[in-house]
Amino acid sequence: MLDVTPKEISERSALRINPLKTCQPVGAMYAALGVHNCMPHSHGSQGCCSYHRMFLTRHFKDPAIAASSSFTEGASVFGGGSNLKTAIKNIFDLYEPDIIAVHTTCLSETIGDDLVTYITDAKIPEGKIVVHANTPSYVGSHITGFSSMITGLIHYLSVNTGEKNGKLALFPGFVNPGDMREMKKLMTLMGVKYTMLPDTSGVMDSPMTGEYTMYPKGGTTIDDIKDLGNCELSLALGEITSTPPAESLKNKCKVPFATLPLPIGIELTDQYIMALNRFSKNEVPYIIEEERGQLVDILLDSHKYSQNKTVAIYGDPDTVLALAQFTLEMGMIPKYLVTGTPGKTFEAKANELFEKFGVEGCTAKGNADLFELHQWIKNDSVDLMIGGTHGKYVAKAEDIPLVRAGFPIVDRYVHSYLPLVGYKGAMRLAEMILNALMDRQDRDCADEDMEMIM
Amino acid sequence: MGNENAVLPERAQSIRYSECSGDGSGIKCESESISGSVSQRACVFCGARVVLNPITDAFHIIHGPIGCASYTWDIRGSLSSDEEGYRNSYSTDLRERDVIFGGQKKLAAAVDEVMAIHSPKVIFIYATCIVGVIGDDIDAVCREAEEKYQIRVIPVKSPGFSGTKKTGYKMACNAIMSLVTPKFLPKKTHGVNILGDFNLAGEMWIIKNYLRRIGVEVVANITGDAKVEDLKKAPAAQLNLVQCAGSMTYLAKQMEEVFSIPFIKVSFFGVTDTSDSLMRIAYAVGDKEVITRAKAFIEEEKNRVIPLLNKYRNNLEGKKAAIYVGGGFKAISLIRQFHEFGMNTVMVGTQTGSKDDYEVIQHLVDEDAVILDDANPAELEAFMKEMGADILVGGVKERPLAYKLGIAFCDHNHERKHPLAGYEGTLNFASEINLSMNSPVWEVIGGMKNV
Repeated sequence: MLDVTPKEISERSALRINPLKTCQPVGAMYAALGVHNCMPHSHGSQGCCSYHRMFLTRHFKDPAIAASSSFTEGASVFGGGSNLKTAIKNIFDLYEPDIIAVHTTCLSETIGDDLVTYITDAKIPEGKIVVHANTPSYVGSHITGFSSMITGLIHYLSVNTGEKNGKLALFPGFVNPGDMREMKKLMTLMGVKYTMLPDTSGVMDSPMTGEYTMYPKGGTTIDDIKDLGNCELSLALGEITSTPPAESLKNKCKVPFATLPLPIGIELTDQYIMALNRFSKNEVPYIIEEERGQLVDILLDSHKYSQNKTVAIYGDPDTVLALAQFTLEMGMIPKYLVTGTPGKTFEAKANELFEKFGVEGCTAKGNADLFELHQWIKNDSVDLMIGGTHGKYVAKAEDIPLVRAGFPIVDRYVHSYLPLVGYKGAMRLAEMILNALMDRQDRDCADEDMEMIM
Repeated sequence: MGNENAVLPERAQSIRYSECSGDGSGIKCESESISGSVSQRACVFCGARVVLNPITDAFHIIHGPIGCASYTWDIRGSLSSDEEGYRNSYSTDLRERDVIFGGQKKLAAAVDEVMAIHSPKVIFIYATCIVGVIGDDIDAVCREAEEKYQIRVIPVKSPGFSGTKKTGYKMACNAIMSLVTPKFLPKKTHGVNILGDFNLAGEMWIIKNYLRRIGVEVVANITGDAKVEDLKKAPAAQLNLVQCAGSMTYLAKQMEEVFSIPFIKVSFFGVTDTSDSLMRIAYAVGDKEVITRAKAFIEEEKNRVIPLLNKYRNNLEGKKAAIYVGGGFKAISLIRQFHEFGMNTVMVGTQTGSKDDYEVIQHLVDEDAVILDDANPAELEAFMKEMGADILVGGVKERPLAYKLGIAFCDHNHERKHPLAGYEGTLNFASEINLSMNSPVWEVIGGMKNV
């Protein structure tokens, strides 16, 4: 009875069923949490802030702090200026952040609140900072909001002083703290000096210490964000998510940039390592070569179990594209690639990938939803699904194994601490994918076909 | 962070040490949150959505940008004995174009598209923050759809900014009244309606079973595991049992006025409250047979459950509890329940408690206990530490806070995993707090120096 999705596909242009995206502000809030001593602030109704904090808490299983302008009827008529003014004062008085990162909501955008004027007019204590990003919920998705907040931080803070700092600016994309840690590990091993923005490691995966701190140790510092303007180069990981901030840093501070897909799987991690190598001119150390060699070894050992298996991957655009490439490297067929985030790039990139690996019968769709994916699967099923928690009803209804990867995952633990990126992340993914497929084989095979050694 | 600086001056009136009150001023509550506060509160839409969501054969279309639909998609753990369609997420996913040109046509089209896929009996259409601002007339869309499809299409105007979560409860209650009000009042039955149980983890089923055991028939569940046809029978009931008083007293009063159904407030959290409530129901129904059966049933259940609870008592006695929940009525029940376990409540707060609730709370707790309305994490942290709480009972946003402080936790909100109502619920509750407080994980949190 959990399954009410009909097989027959009917035309839909107005109705969204089971979305594969959420609104911009939650992405902006996540990005702001990756700044050290920062209070994210939601300029809108109380519920927005509460929902976003809840959404992030459910995924990361860690506290997500943020304040709200707490709009009332009055604010919706006269504008939210006085709410923001009061909020800024209260936040600095009580919660003592170094910086407040304000994002807008559908309501404050629709009534036309002018954040630039509000912030200019606000009383901001000496040495404290308020920045903002416009994140109307009716444009783009949480991915857009994440991207917009990074751009906002650069816009307000980054300066080109004319003196290069020898660093690489890294935009990690909408990934978990575990991924950010892996990206940093690889940069360190490659001898690259860097600033990563945002950096939610040490914030949304902070350790238990017996103390609650509103601002855990992690996060990009304000000084480092300012100094982004002096970086030699910026590297935007995840083209759809990270290109806008890289472009804004180029426009504002003349920092050239390169874009790469998220470094998931072999080739995309190779590309990341080679980009770091070009930057630092350092040899790739043996420890990285060794990890790569181990990954290849694993794929060789196991390839018979993944070869030609069909998979449906859903979630955020850059994540889905990079995961798809890795499944192709494992000999699988990414039959359906779906994201809820609107935009043409996703489909174009997916089709390039299908062509590159010479696979046929694969479909990619942006601005789509899980209901549609479910209907496709009902008409022509797959061996595996990869994506966030919300796909589990489809997986159950169609009896398909599900590997959880991406955002949000609200029904499992540990995932946000460990990487999908890098060779280590690929090993983890390979293990999850193979376990799912092979557990299924064990479960479904006849007694006489049960194998001890696989 | 110490208390002095954990509390905004504007917030001081919303926090009381129990002994301070009674001076006539009372606690400041039922007001808007302060701008800039890291409040744990939600909004009007949230209130409306959580009350109506458990109606299992209704379709819920959220008219607005995608967020509101995403965040409320199947998050509440309201169980169904039959239909599961309500666990999907339907929305108009308004885009920039719609905000400029209006979303009314898109909404009408969305209704058509739902009708093309399913055959709903009722559609609720929630208007979120910007719908009124962009000038959509959702009443008109609902009227036209009702005529076109001959089903009920009910508007729920719940822009987030138009009040607090409680305003949303009212909007939901109005929608329910609109759904259940018949042309002619039906003949009364002996049955009762249950208001304000949302069947989290199957709690409605436990309560219905108790009522069946004592010989009381249930006409309509509002809204846990509810179906539209059953809801429509609600006006025939002779009595309303109001459980989540914060959300449902308003509906009970309307039903009293329009359908002449009296109501009593009940609570099924804890042995004492469950037993008291069952007796009060029996007396209110006024049937001798029912009263006799209720007495016998309570006796039997107490004999079964109390010895089992006593086994936990050794582990729980003398421990200090902190409470931060949505409504005042639940907080009151929890304080009593902790008392049954030999535990002391040292901090208690709610998101939407009323003055009356806080007065009762004040009489139930010790003089030095802290009482807070609409608290933020800094306040919760400061007071839990100061009062030395061993366990916090709260919802999703409070859980990681408690864990970071090294305090045990029990979810008494959407994410409860076992039913916590009734006698078996009390056992589950004792078992959960015992498990959390006595997990081996607390042995290792001190770090390597303990080795």
